[in-house]
Amino acid sequence: MDLNDTNGQESPSQTAGPYVHIGCTPNASGIKGVWAQDLGSAMVDKDTSGDRITIRGSVIDGTGAALTDTLVEIWQADAGGICGANDPRGPGDPHFSGFGRSAGDMETGEFRFDTIRPGPVPSRDGGLQAPHITFWIVARGINTGLHTRLYFPEDTAAHANDPILSRIEHRSRIPTLIAKSEGAGVYRFDIRLQGEDETIFFDI
Amino acid sequence: MKPGFIARNRDWQPPALTPRYKTSITRSPQRALLSFPTTLSEETGPVFGHDMLGPLDNDLIHNFAADGASAIGPRIIVHGHVRDQNGRGVPNALIEVWQANAGGRYRHRKEGYIAPLDPNFGGCGRTVTDENGRYEFRTIQPGAYPWPNGPNDWRPAHIHFSLFGGAFAQRLITQMYFQGDPLIPLCPILGSVGDPAAVNALVAPLDMAMTVPMDARAYRFDITLRGRRQTAFENRQEGL
Ligand SMILES: [Fe+3]
Repeated sequence: MDLNDTNGQESPSQTAGPYVHIGCTPNASGIKGVWAQDLGSAMVDKDTSGDRITIRGSVIDGTGAALTDTLVEIWQADAGGICGANDPRGPGDPHFSGFGRSAGDMETGEFRFDTIRPGPVPSRDGGLQAPHITFWIVARGINTGLHTRLYFPEDTAAHANDPILSRIEHRSRIPTLIAKSEGAGVYRFDIRLQGEDETIFFDI
Repeated sequence: MKPGFIARNRDWQPPALTPRYKTSITRSPQRALLSFPTTLSEETGPVFGHDMLGPLDNDLIHNFAADGASAIGPRIIVHGHVRDQNGRGVPNALIEVWQANAGGRYRHRKEGYIAPLDPNFGGCGRTVTDENGRYEFRTIQPGAYPWPNGPNDWRPAHIHFSLFGGAFAQRLITQMYFQGDPLIPLCPILGSVGDPAAVNALVAPLDMAMTVPMDARAYRFDITLRGRRQTAFENRQEGL
């Protein structure tokens, strides 16, 4: 068994640990001046197309406590449904990054993204998926980053035809993927790692 | 539509629940994961260019140090090749790294280890792979450190790595360990990886060929990201 030979497998994942913010959001963690701006801290500018929205939420462990050492990333389509610069249908909105990263509040753990409502993205059969935002969650105690999605509560009709939501055998778990409206353009999306309302995570 | 990604090998990757690593007990999902063929949402991802990098981003010895000063510790170069499972180099992959200082202490408000901070060491760096998927950065060898898990657990010396390939489905965070570290077989976090070959995949060997005489030892750490299936022929289930 040679050292550092992955045998054609993906390199094994390891937990991001409690100090992930040193490397991924150094400015937010108090390490200033190495680079000017944390990656993923601004998704939009004043010229970005689309409806402005805010997404807030917490990552909650099996005891009901919000994690205060997590890193949450999101990836989404622009208002026209184009997924960034390597979408073969591009180009998308040059004023939209599509990528957000939040260390969460150091005291409460609440993450926040100021972004735009995504347009619909095609499914593999050429139809349209319901509008959604891809989430990726890492933290101390999570050995492999967790993929999931946020869907919007007002898109009920599109949810009925969404190919991913349609695959969910336990229909009572679907609400774990649907954000809650907290007023105009503001959504709450809490992610539960365990328990009755455990969020549906993906093996993709 | 391009073929999707090769399924993650859950026997090779660590399981979510690894009780010797105690924090995993309340943070590991317990229900079955939902499987589905990737869509454009997972097959795309943010694109990073070399133009985002500052001149010292890949030099942890100097990127936090006062002018004329440098971080304390054994000087090392870490380099390697980022490839996908089909053996192709992954160009323009963003690599972000973070680590403890030579004494095993992190620059973080929640860090409680008694080893001293190094005023000239921040502990973060980043680089982007070249057109062949190669990368390199310079740092100091981190120290081992104790952590509150079992009654007397120590982490082997390690560097944390975060990787963006071209697709969000390839997103990976892992850790690099150093050849010959006696703490490697004792570590509950590295022990979350069950297969001994998978453990070895994260251990970087000393590389004397790249070592700079009278300056810095080199360690080579290659990384494999998920690859796409090689065939465009896909069975399409009803409704998908
Ligand atoms: Fe560490």
